[in-house]
Amino acid sequence: MHFKARAKAALADAGLQRGLAKVDGFAARRAVAMRELEDPEGLRTAAAAIRDRVLEDLDVWIEAFEREATRRGATVLFAETGAEVASLVVGICRRHALKKAIKSKSMLSEEARLNVMLAAAGVQPVETDLGEYVCQLADEPPSHIIAPVIHKTKADIAELFERKHGRPRLAEAEEMTREAREMLRAHFLSADLGISGGNFLIAETGSVALVTNEGNGRMVTTLPRVHVAITGIEKVVPTLEDFSTLMRLLPRSATGQSISNYVTVATGPRGALDADGPEHMYFILVDNGRTNLVGGDMQEMLRCIRCGACMNHCPVYQSVGGHAYGWVYPGPMGAVLTPAFVGVENALDLPQASTFCGACASVCPVRIPLPDLLRKLRERQVERGLRPWYETLGLRVWGWTARHPRLYALATALGVRVLRMLGNRDGMIGSLPLASGWTKSRFMPAPAAGRTFRALYAARARRRPASSA
Amino acid sequence: MRVGLFVTCLVDMMRPSIGMAALELLEGAGCEVVVPATQTCCGQPAYNSGDRVTARALAQKVLEEFEGCDYLVAPSGSCAGMIRTHYPDLFGDSPGLAARVARLGAKTYELTDFLANVVKIERVPGRFEGTVTYHDSCSGLRELGVKAQPRALLELVPGLALEEMRDNETCCGFGGTFAVKMEDISARMVEDKCRNIGASGARAVVLGDLGCMLNIEGRLRKRGDTRTQVLHVAEVLAGKDGR
Repeated sequence: MHFKARAKAALADAGLQRGLAKVDGFAARRAVAMRELEDPEGLRTAAAAIRDRVLEDLDVWIEAFEREATRRGATVLFAETGAEVASLVVGICRRHALKKAIKSKSMLSEEARLNVMLAAAGVQPVETDLGEYVCQLADEPPSHIIAPVIHKTKADIAELFERKHGRPRLAEAEEMTREAREMLRAHFLSADLGISGGNFLIAETGSVALVTNEGNGRMVTTLPRVHVAITGIEKVVPTLEDFSTLMRLLPRSATGQSISNYVTVATGPRGALDADGPEHMYFILVDNGRTNLVGGDMQEMLRCIRCGACMNHCPVYQSVGGHAYGWVYPGPMGAVLTPAFVGVENALDLPQASTFCGACASVCPVRIPLPDLLRKLRERQVERGLRPWYETLGLRVWGWTARHPRLYALATALGVRVLRMLGNRDGMIGSLPLASGWTKSRFMPAPAAGRTFRALYAARARRRPASSA
Repeated sequence: MRVGLFVTCLVDMMRPSIGMAALELLEGAGCEVVVPATQTCCGQPAYNSGDRVTARALAQKVLEEFEGCDYLVAPSGSCAGMIRTHYPDLFGDSPGLAARVARLGAKTYELTDFLANVVKIERVPGRFEGTVTYHDSCSGLRELGVKAQPRALLELVPGLALEEMRDNETCCGFGGTFAVKMEDISARMVEDKCRNIGASGARAVVLGDLGCMLNIEGRLRKRGDTRTQVLHVAEVLAGKDGR
């Protein structure tokens, strides 16, 4: 993982930067949509409480879900790793002789690298979410969890479609969408497997809930013979009532919609009286590192409902986009999840990729204290000796000095004089040893007075002994 | 009313005029101001770098220096936020200290919050001819709810007009060591901030945290803007024009 290097490249990528400018729109629309709610802050608290209730007894709620889902005719399978997800899906394909999979959006399928594994097993995966379809054509991972191709411009996609579809180049988004729709229609009608993610698993009814805008989710879950829903084990919510509470926040937080165009609640395979639906329905509940977070100091991260509000409001994400984060999940939630899942030693930069400005935590619909979790990851880096020696040493020396006020006063008095001398005519320092990162793109204003506050205050106290302390 | 002024390490070194301005404003409000001579730093740089041991030692030092005061006031939302919202996290394993830092936290205020909501000043000594724009520093805004307070106080300054910039609540890219560790992203963020300041047409950008000030002023000057002033809200209110 080399976040810094990728971030640098991303900052210089003009096309990417044009794409990222669109992220602002999500934040503005969210603000408007949240104002529709009578008590948005109270609702966020209630949503966090629903998620916490599940996480306190996760095994119990998973079993409750499994029982209901099984009772309604679905098969519930468990995968410990991403590789196991792929092998379970391939097993299902073999059992039912399935050849083509249409997919609605699923970040878990990215965790499992499912498309690669399916293709290797002779099953053709077709992404049907428009953004994911573009990603698949371009052979790129999504760069945002709800807006997968936010990193591309309209012109990028026009060029891609021309090349991959072998049709004349189009100019308008509507035309391109229509062309993708035509391409996808044949796949919808010929696929024998539908693979979806799941926004929530509802324990009360054994259902999977999907929040979509394009209608592809409904096609994926009803047209093919077999439907497989793949979700993380933490996605369970107890009741339909809880689901509806969370639904008041999810679309608003994600895209600023009061409600998404489609909300699908799929329960079991087709029944005797049903006009449509799959013959077989499977759930694959995936751990892939999640149980490591249960009961620990990062458990709050499992509240996440994958709305993307944290990245939409993150100035770091807005500067560098999703690919810089290096794994499946970008932005603040990704900066927490990635080290938690792949190990802090494999993602050294990510916990540092935050100013702790707190914008993410202030919009998170389930009140995940993202900066606090990132700080805990930094603490782990320090505890495990993963920070550079000069940083550790610098902090120790400074910390020790700060605990010895007389020495500190001497050192700072000297430091201020030196800094003042380093300043140019306008009182600006152009280069600083050990802080070239600062001076590369900005000056350091030199301390104009040349004396510390404590020195000035002591002088004032000598002049006005009555007011000294 | 005995108010302990926590000057902050950055103000002590880089811009003592802010500390002097805070002192005069508090005294002008009728407070008995004490400035513990042994104070250094609140420990935030260590805390945010993951060094809890150092952070805790410094937190305990601040506690001992200030718990005898009726209030602790700091001309920084970042340091006041550290004391008020993060100190308790450092003493989870020692209930006695936890209770003491909680009591200290409850009487800790960012300067403008204190002036507007506790002593409720109605007049300020400062004058300023022209338009300013206000940058909301992250910790003050999101940890302490500092938003209306500085604006209400700036309204008391004769001659001053406030023109809000675009994205005034967006981080300037300082983030402590972030500015050095993630220099390219930080540079981009402060450049965006400087553009918004420029577009506001204000003569000065006013704010409440020295970290953001050094970042913004350093970038403005580097990009050739020698005109736009960068002022701490305490300097404007006290009529002490900075440097």
